[in-house]
Amino acid sequence: MPVLDATLPRRILSTPTAGPLAALVLACVFFSLQSDQFLTGGNFSLIIQQVMVVGTLAIGQTLIILTAGIDLSNGAIMAFGGIVMTKLAVDHGMPPLLAIAAGLAVCAGFGLINGLLVMKISLPPFIVTLGMLNVAFALTHIYSQDQTVTDLPPAMTFLGQTFTVGGTNVTYGSLLTILLFLLFAYLLGQTAWGRHVYALGNSPEVARLTGIRTGRLIVGVYTLAGLVYGIAALLLVSRTGVGDPQAGQTDNLDSITAVVLGGTSLFGGRGTMLGTLIGALIVGVFRNGLQLMGVPSIYQTLITGILVILAVTVDQLSRRRNR
Amino acid sequence: MKTRLSAGLLAAALLAAGCGGGGDNTGGGDTGGGQQPAKVGLITKTETNPFFVKMKEGAEKASKAEGMELMTAAGKFDGDNAAQITAIENMVAAGVKGILITPSDTKAIVPAIKKARDTGTLVIALDTPTDPQDATDALFATDNFKAGELIGQYAKAAMAGKPAKIATLDLAPGITVGQLRHDGFLKGYGIAEGDPSIVCSQDTRGDQAKGQTAMENCLQKAPDINVVYTINEPAALGAYTALKAKGREKDVLIVSVDGGCTGVKAVQAGQIAATSQQYPIRMAEMGVKAVSDFAKTGKKVSGYTDTGVTLITDKALDGVNAKDTAFGLANCWG
Repeated sequence: MPVLDATLPRRILSTPTAGPLAALVLACVFFSLQSDQFLTGGNFSLIIQQVMVVGTLAIGQTLIILTAGIDLSNGAIMAFGGIVMTKLAVDHGMPPLLAIAAGLAVCAGFGLINGLLVMKISLPPFIVTLGMLNVAFALTHIYSQDQTVTDLPPAMTFLGQTFTVGGTNVTYGSLLTILLFLLFAYLLGQTAWGRHVYALGNSPEVARLTGIRTGRLIVGVYTLAGLVYGIAALLLVSRTGVGDPQAGQTDNLDSITAVVLGGTSLFGGRGTMLGTLIGALIVGVFRNGLQLMGVPSIYQTLITGILVILAVTVDQLSRRRNR
Repeated sequence: MKTRLSAGLLAAALLAAGCGGGGDNTGGGDTGGGQQPAKVGLITKTETNPFFVKMKEGAEKASKAEGMELMTAAGKFDGDNAAQITAIENMVAAGVKGILITPSDTKAIVPAIKKARDTGTLVIALDTPTDPQDATDALFATDNFKAGELIGQYAKAAMAGKPAKIATLDLAPGITVGQLRHDGFLKGYGIAEGDPSIVCSQDTRGDQAKGQTAMENCLQKAPDINVVYTINEPAALGAYTALKAKGREKDVLIVSVDGGCTGVKAVQAGQIAATSQQYPIRMAEMGVKAVSDFAKTGKKVSGYTDTGVTLITDKALDGVNAKDTAFGLANCWG
C-alpha cells in the first residue's frame, strides 16, 4: 500500500497538463475572490465563446507544432476562409452550406500547399507559413476589397446561437469547439496516426526507419490543420455575424501562445490537445477576470507574455532533466 | 517533472501579484461609500495612439468627478474587431451602466453592440460612427466632413488662384472617417473627385512612416505637387520629411486634421500650414456624463452631438475663420 501512495502523486505530477491546469484553477480561484461576477455559469460560457476561435486555430497549431513545425499563417488563412464563405453566400447568392463548404475547402487547400512546400522542397515551416501569411492576408483584402460582409444568411451564424443548460446560455460554437478538442485528443492519444505524429516530432529519422511514411504524414497534418482553420473561420463568422477582412491579424501568435501555455514543446513530439484547451482557457480567463476587476487590457498582454516565458522555461528545464 | 507543477503555481502567484498591482493603478477599488459606484466602460481602437490616451484621461477625470468607476479596454491594432467584441461582452458581464466605444470596424461591431443594448446597457460611439449610425444610442464626434472642409477652404485661399497640383494622403479604403475628411477637403477646395488638379492619392493608414513612403511615391509620379492634404498629422509629418528630402518643403502647402500637440507644434514651426483640431477629451467627458445621467435618471441620450472642430494656423487668411497656435497648444491633446 505505501508503494501505491507514493506513486499516485507522482503520476499526477508527471501528467503534462498538471502545471497548466494548476495555473488555470489558481487563476479561477483568484478571480472568484476578486470579483463576485466571475464565478457564474454565464461568465464561463462567455469565456469559452471568447476563446473558441483562437482555441480552434490552436488545435491545428498543436498538430503542426507536435511535428516540430510552426504555422504563422493560420489567422490569415482563417480570415480568407471567412471572407470566401460570407462573400460567396451574400454577394454571389450561393446556398449557405455550399458556401461554407467552399470556405472550408479553400482553407484546407492552403494547408495542403503549406504541407507540400514543407515536405517536397524541405523549406522550413517558419518561412513557408510566413510567406503564406502574407499571401492569404493580401488575398483577403483583394477579394473583399476591404469591405466588411454583412447581412449573412442565418445558417452561417447558427453556431453563434445559444441553447440553455441548467439556466446558462451556451453557444453551439462553444460545444463544437469542445467536441473538436475531444476528437483530436482521441486521434492523438488513441490512434496509430497520433503515435506517428509524436514519433515524427521526436525524430523524423527514427520515424522513417520504423516505416512511417513521413512525407505523407506531414502533408496530411498541414492539410488537416487547414481544414480546422476553416472551422475556426466559420466559428468567427458566426460569433461576429460578419465577414471581416481585418480579422485574425494577431491570432497566429495567440494560437501559439495557447499551445505553449498548454505545455506543448515547440521542439515537437511532446504535448497534448487538452493542454492546448487549458492554455486557451488561461488566456480567456485572465482577459475576462482582469476586465471584471477593472484592470486595463494592456496588463492582460503583459501577464500573458510573462506566462509564455514561464511555460517555455518549464518545458526547457524539464527537457534537460529528462535527458 | 515536479518543476512543471511548481512553475505553474509560481506562475499563478506572480499573476496574482501582477493583478494586484494593476488594480491599484486604475483606482477602481474605490468602494469606500456604502453604495457600489455605477460603472462605465471605455473601449478605444488601440491603447497607444495619443488620441485615445487623451480620451482615456478625459474619461478618468470625468468619471472621478461623477463618482463612477471606469473600466477600459482596447484592441491590439486598429481594426481589431474581435478584441472590441470581447471587451463589450466582459463589460456587460461586469455590469456597466454604459459603454463608450470608438469602433474599429464600423460594420463588424454592430451585432455585438446590439447584444449589449438588448441588456439595457447604454452604448455611445465616440469619434467614429457605427454603420449604420443608429446602431448606438448616441454619437459624440467631430464633424469630420467639416474638419476636411475647413482645411480645403484654407488651402483654396492660400493658393489664391494659382494652379494647384494636389496630393491626398488618405486613411484606407472603406473607412468612413477618412472618406468624410477627404470629401470635405474637396468640397472646401471647390473641386470634385477626379478633378485633374488631384495628381496623386495614396493610403497611409494615418501612419508617419507610411505617409512618408506615400509622399515619396507621389513626388516620383508628379514632382510639381504644391498642395498636400493629409488624413492626420503623423501622415503630414511623414509627407514633410519626404518633401524636405527633395528640398521642396518651403513651396508646398500641407494641411491636416487632428490638433494633437505634436501636430500643432508642427503648425507653429511652419511645417504644416493649417490643421483642423478635434477634441477627444471633450468626447470622453460628455460620454461619461451621459452614462452618469443615465445611471441616475434612467434617461438615455440619443442622436449625434458635434464635439467641435477649430482651424488652427499662424498664417491667418482673409475670409477663413481660424485660431492661432497659442489657442491650439492650449487645447491640444497627446
